[in-house]
Amino acid sequence: MTESVITTDAVTVTAVDKVFEAAAGQVVALSGIDLTVEPGEFVSLIGPSGCGKSTLLRLIADLDTPSSGSVEVFGTSAHQARVDQKYGIAFQQAGLLPWRSVAANIALPLELHGSSSVETRERVAELIALVGLDDFGDRYPDELSGGMQQRVAIARALAKKPELLLMDEPFGALDEMTREYMQTELLRISAETGAAVVFVTHSIPEAVYLSDRVVVMSPRPGRIAAVVPMALGSTASRADDLREDGAFFEMITAVREALHGGAPASSARGVENR
Amino acid sequence: MTGAATIAPPRGRPPGAAWGSGGTARAVAPIVLGVSVVAVWQLIAGSGLVEAYLLPSPAAIGAEIVEFWPSMVSAGAITGLNALVGLVAGTLIGIIAALVASTRRSLDGMLAPIVAALAVIPIVALAPVLNTMFGADSQTGRQLIAALAAFVPVFLNTARGLRQTQPVHRDLMRSYAASNAQIMRTITLRTAAPFTFTGIRLASSLAVISALVAEYFGGPRGGLGGLISTSAASSAYPRAWAYVVAAIILGLAFSLVASGLERLVSRRR
Repeated sequence: MTESVITTDAVTVTAVDKVFEAAAGQVVALSGIDLTVEPGEFVSLIGPSGCGKSTLLRLIADLDTPSSGSVEVFGTSAHQARVDQKYGIAFQQAGLLPWRSVAANIALPLELHGSSSVETRERVAELIALVGLDDFGDRYPDELSGGMQQRVAIARALAKKPELLLMDEPFGALDEMTREYMQTELLRISAETGAAVVFVTHSIPEAVYLSDRVVVMSPRPGRIAAVVPMALGSTASRADDLREDGAFFEMITAVREALHGGAPASSARGVENR
Repeated sequence: MTGAATIAPPRGRPPGAAWGSGGTARAVAPIVLGVSVVAVWQLIAGSGLVEAYLLPSPAAIGAEIVEFWPSMVSAGAITGLNALVGLVAGTLIGIIAALVASTRRSLDGMLAPIVAALAVIPIVALAPVLNTMFGADSQTGRQLIAALAAFVPVFLNTARGLRQTQPVHRDLMRSYAASNAQIMRTITLRTAAPFTFTGIRLASSLAVISALVAEYFGGPRGGLGGLISTSAASSAYPRAWAYVVAAIILGLAFSLVASGLERLVSRRR
């Protein structure tokens, strides 16, 4: 990742469809998706349950393959990008290995790709400091709160210094206060690492607070309904006081209206308005 | 066979609850119960209400234990070794078979009915056949029977454990482009390990019981099972009971070690 000056987009999704074969017939999860994410950009995917936002993230991660169309990550196929470890990923479940300590969990991707033990130890120490878990390296996941487990998961996702971070509702299981705190932490971490982020959520304020652009999706079939740029200044400069700013509420309204197809917002099923 | 087979299992199994986090009350309770039962037993046997050959007194059994101590130790060693060889062999084969079954659904479908059949083979029927097969002075038949008994729970539990891998862990390993060997080592085996050790705990008692029972049906004497039947046949009932006590201790020792291993492996799962 040091050798190339990046001129290509972080993610380029072109004319992607995804159809799942189910017992009851075909289910069109995604239809005609075009999306570009620039290097260092923070893009959220938001939409009601079943709009395919997680599916789209899984296609970018090459955990699933599109039925048609193409997904490129830093100018190569999604498959090649996965093999080359171009991205880090975090899920709603932290997915830590319960029999490994915090440090050993963070070290997992490094171990799998043959880093020397000295390199690994140094990198793990850096990452533990980055996510603010300094005295917890020797603890085990079952000794940590949900928020702390998610920090470990984020540290693990960042282990290989990826320039793209894929996150599938990573704060979805956290309480509201922890969640807001983690959002601010994530902004700091993404500013420090300079990584592009694709972030799946169904919380409008979360999407607005974190993103450069919010991609609003609609269900059946999953399509991109609108892309709303956030006129809130650079993500690196944002802090908690933004949550009480008038501009923040305007952006929330803009995203909400996009979710409802321009009509005045009533209530969209599966979307949190908190 | 009924003596050893019916008495050993309930006593041989670890008292699950007593062994968790519990404090002294939990440890003391079974001791108090055990001492009370022995005291009542002594009272009944000493009162002459029951004939001594039907139910020898604990004191008489204790005297036999003291007198025949060296023989009990050597008999325990013979039976214990047979059970251990069987347990290790059965465990290894069980794990390997479960790994094979986990690679292909079709193999699982082939193995499952065979294991179900193995699980219901009567030891009573198999022991004389194997004793004839391996000759009168060989312990091999008994070790095979213990292995067979141990194989079934280890196979079933390991096979189940190998299917417990969490989808999020699989996704994670795929995102790391991990090789199949890495996935097996890092996730699959480690997830299955507590299940395997539960199987080994169950198998440990079964291996001891099976080795004991197999000694009833020919082959060299000298093991605990053989001596129980010899003593009973010569009307030395207190001595037969003394060997039963030794069998219980042997079974308990196996279970305690296996439970300890299980707890160690299951600590974080």
